[in-house]
Amino acid sequence: MLRYTLVKLVTAAILVAVVSTLTFFMLYGANSDPVTTMLGETATAEQIAAREAELGLDRPVGEQFASWVTAALHGDLGTSWSNRQPVAETLAARVPVTLGLAILAIIVSAVIGIALGVAAARFRGWVDVLLQVVVIVGFALPAFWFATLLSTTFGLQLGWFPALGYIKPSESIGGWLSTVTLPVLALAAGVAAAIAQQVRNSVIDVERRDFVRALTSRGIGSRRILLAHTLRNAAPAALTVISVQFIGLLGGAIIVENIFALPGLGALAIDATTLGDVPVVMGVMLVTVLIVVVVNLALDLIQGVINPKARVR
Amino acid sequence: MSASPSSSSGGLAKAILRKPLVIGSGLVLIAIIVLAILAPLLSPYDPNVSDLASVLAPRSPEHLLGGDGSGRDVLSRLLWGARLSLLAGLIATVTAIVLGVPTGLVAGYRQGAVDAVGSWISDVLMSIPGIVALLVVVAAFGTSMPPTMIALGVLMAPGFFRLTRATVVSVRGELYIDAAKVAGLSGFRITFKHILAVVITPILIQASLTAGVAIIVQSGLGFLGIGDPLVPSWGSMVNDAYRNNSMAPQLVLWPGLAIGITVAALALLGSGISDVLNRTGSGASSKAAKGARKAVLVKDAQRPASEAVESRLVVENLRVAYPVADGLKEVVHGVSLEVKRGECLGIVGESGSGKSQSAFAVLGLLPSDAVRTADRVQLEEVDLLKVGRRAFDKVRATRIAYIPQDPMSNLDPAYTVGAQIVETIRAHEKVSRADAKARARDLLEQVGINDPDRTLAAYPHEISGGMAQRVLIAIAVSCNPEYIVADEPTTALDVTVQAEVLALLRRLQEARDLGVILVTHNLGVVADICDRVAVMKDGEIIETADVFELFADPQHPYTKELLGSTLSGSEPRSRVGDRAPAGSASETPATEGEER
Repeated sequence: MLRYTLVKLVTAAILVAVVSTLTFFMLYGANSDPVTTMLGETATAEQIAAREAELGLDRPVGEQFASWVTAALHGDLGTSWSNRQPVAETLAARVPVTLGLAILAIIVSAVIGIALGVAAARFRGWVDVLLQVVVIVGFALPAFWFATLLSTTFGLQLGWFPALGYIKPSESIGGWLSTVTLPVLALAAGVAAAIAQQVRNSVIDVERRDFVRALTSRGIGSRRILLAHTLRNAAPAALTVISVQFIGLLGGAIIVENIFALPGLGALAIDATTLGDVPVVMGVMLVTVLIVVVVNLALDLIQGVINPKARVR
Repeated sequence: MSASPSSSSGGLAKAILRKPLVIGSGLVLIAIIVLAILAPLLSPYDPNVSDLASVLAPRSPEHLLGGDGSGRDVLSRLLWGARLSLLAGLIATVTAIVLGVPTGLVAGYRQGAVDAVGSWISDVLMSIPGIVALLVVVAAFGTSMPPTMIALGVLMAPGFFRLTRATVVSVRGELYIDAAKVAGLSGFRITFKHILAVVITPILIQASLTAGVAIIVQSGLGFLGIGDPLVPSWGSMVNDAYRNNSMAPQLVLWPGLAIGITVAALALLGSGISDVLNRTGSGASSKAAKGARKAVLVKDAQRPASEAVESRLVVENLRVAYPVADGLKEVVHGVSLEVKRGECLGIVGESGSGKSQSAFAVLGLLPSDAVRTADRVQLEEVDLLKVGRRAFDKVRATRIAYIPQDPMSNLDPAYTVGAQIVETIRAHEKVSRADAKARARDLLEQVGINDPDRTLAAYPHEISGGMAQRVLIAIAVSCNPEYIVADEPTTALDVTVQAEVLALLRRLQEARDLGVILVTHNLGVVADICDRVAVMKDGEIIETADVFELFADPQHPYTKELLGSTLSGSEPRSRVGDRAPAGSASETPATEGEER
């Protein structure tokens, strides 16, 4: 198990390094002209050159990268080009909002998805048909569209939940829940459907396996077979889909946050993108990849615990 | 996945076209594509021209779907938006296919280092959060649609890579590839001619899903205001609707419907195709169903049903059928048999003769779609036809137990051997975990495992097949049953281990006075252990006889044929010693122990 953990840790570190390197060279090396974007078309060549020198953009890309890496390893992600705030500070204020939203959404999706998937696998018939419809609808309707609908209906018209705004959980847990309920619903609908589909398929797969018949032959009750054996063996596939869905959900959160005006990474990322604020975009990318890597690592370790074979490989 | 490519492509296309779901979603897609292409002709207004009088206008003859927040015609924008969405889906999907399929082909065919590198890159791409990466691309290359969709295609290429690779790996080992190699075709041509034909349909399904995802992501970006403001898009329409949601809540409906219908049509097309694929395999045998319900020939309906059963397991007129396209297909046609305690009945037959189905039917282990009927299935005083699941569970393991064919697949891979023995004991007896474990240890010793403590703590994948079969035998006898049904208990084992396991079975049978039904295709096994033999062919028992009589004087021509095809070495145990067999290999005491 220790070896397995170490291998997973090293893989995760390599992944972060590769993705941030690629991102850096794409952002700083592309033939786009961020300074012109920032200063506007009217800026003179001297103004642009001065600004580029100030931001260190006149140096070779390799050199810029080296200094970014050195600083990043010390927790310094540079300064925003637009508001001159340290990127790391801005991110620290915003990550908890997005993370809270995404984690709550994945938990809600997993609970609903697993329950629905097991029910569909067990009872088949109309439950199964219903699930297939929900899966198609959940796939076809984008989360942001569903979010605008929720915001309009339950936020504006019915007034059950705030349509906009955010309350920190440290101020009021109830307040926080009321501000994230609609965003979580918007995100969870499609994800829960996708998880349910996968859980259904893997439960049906496991139920066809020989050892389930062997367990029946030993007089083990059907409920115990489902809970202790079928679900346990279906869990690795479910965890895999949960980790894949979590990655998608982080992206979805960025759009949905904008609709409900949550001060998370979403608004930051989009503003930075449209303004060409390269250090902030870089920081957002780094932070999301870190989140993905940590979550995947956690799921891998759970995988190792529930699946004795995974540890060996 | 392993369907041979040449045989079915024509029939498959026909089967796919017969599905209403596929036709319906296909027609919807074609309609959307035509509308998008004809948008410049069809749209009543310039999609970008604002008309102050039409701001948030309701539906009217002039503006069929009303006007948006800037007074632009909603219908015109919807039609023009389709162009952008479909183009986005096309660019992303083509990029993903171009990158994913050839690399998947090479990785799956070459394997080794190429495969490792490809798989690693695909893992990296899969763990990048899509929208954030696209924002990076926008920051680097600007807001126009093609670069972002190419980037999305790159991010989605792993889907195609994995699919292609997995298909190639599964197909590659198959015989016709080897045959093609022998025929002197070059590696590359083999890959293309044979493998591509198999891979093409899953790729189509994946492509329809990819296009759907791309359309959704592109609208998401449009919704965020990323994109050319002069190019109408469904996403920017949702944004406009959202900004005006208090005044004109209906506006959000149209782009939502457009996205939803397009993506759903793509998804349904994909799942419709895959449904057809999954069904063509199983429906093939349905023609045999008509002839299946022929007259019953019950050779050995020995006793009237009313007679009391003492110390016997009795089966009368057992039939098993499965639903097929046109009704039921019967695979067991009225089998009758019985076995006394202390007796071993062999059921011999070729694969597909219905012998395993008969065994499962007796144990109540048939799949849920099987239809079982019988005049009688009786375990001494228990009528197994009438008991419910709970009552059946009570006699399972305690009175009638099962030894399966493939030892490795019949243990739950997630639990240790010890946990699985303990689970069975504790399902039937109120004993403490520690006591149950001590008994499990004891049982493992009884079945000839030398290091029971290590085996108890081992997971199934850590022990050998022979060891696993001993464990399954230990579980079968753990609650002291009176009868055991063993389904090909030695077939999956190495020849040397087979003899030991048979010896173990015989030892346990004699020591515990078990009534055993032993299903096998191997007459050697029958000769070694059985007292009586029932010969099965095509779902019927054609001959039942004492083992010595059967070997000495087979009545049915099929039995003679079976005996003739068996190697000469396997004669029944010497009649003189009866229970003391002469020199069979299986007499050596079971000492297997350390074979991992």
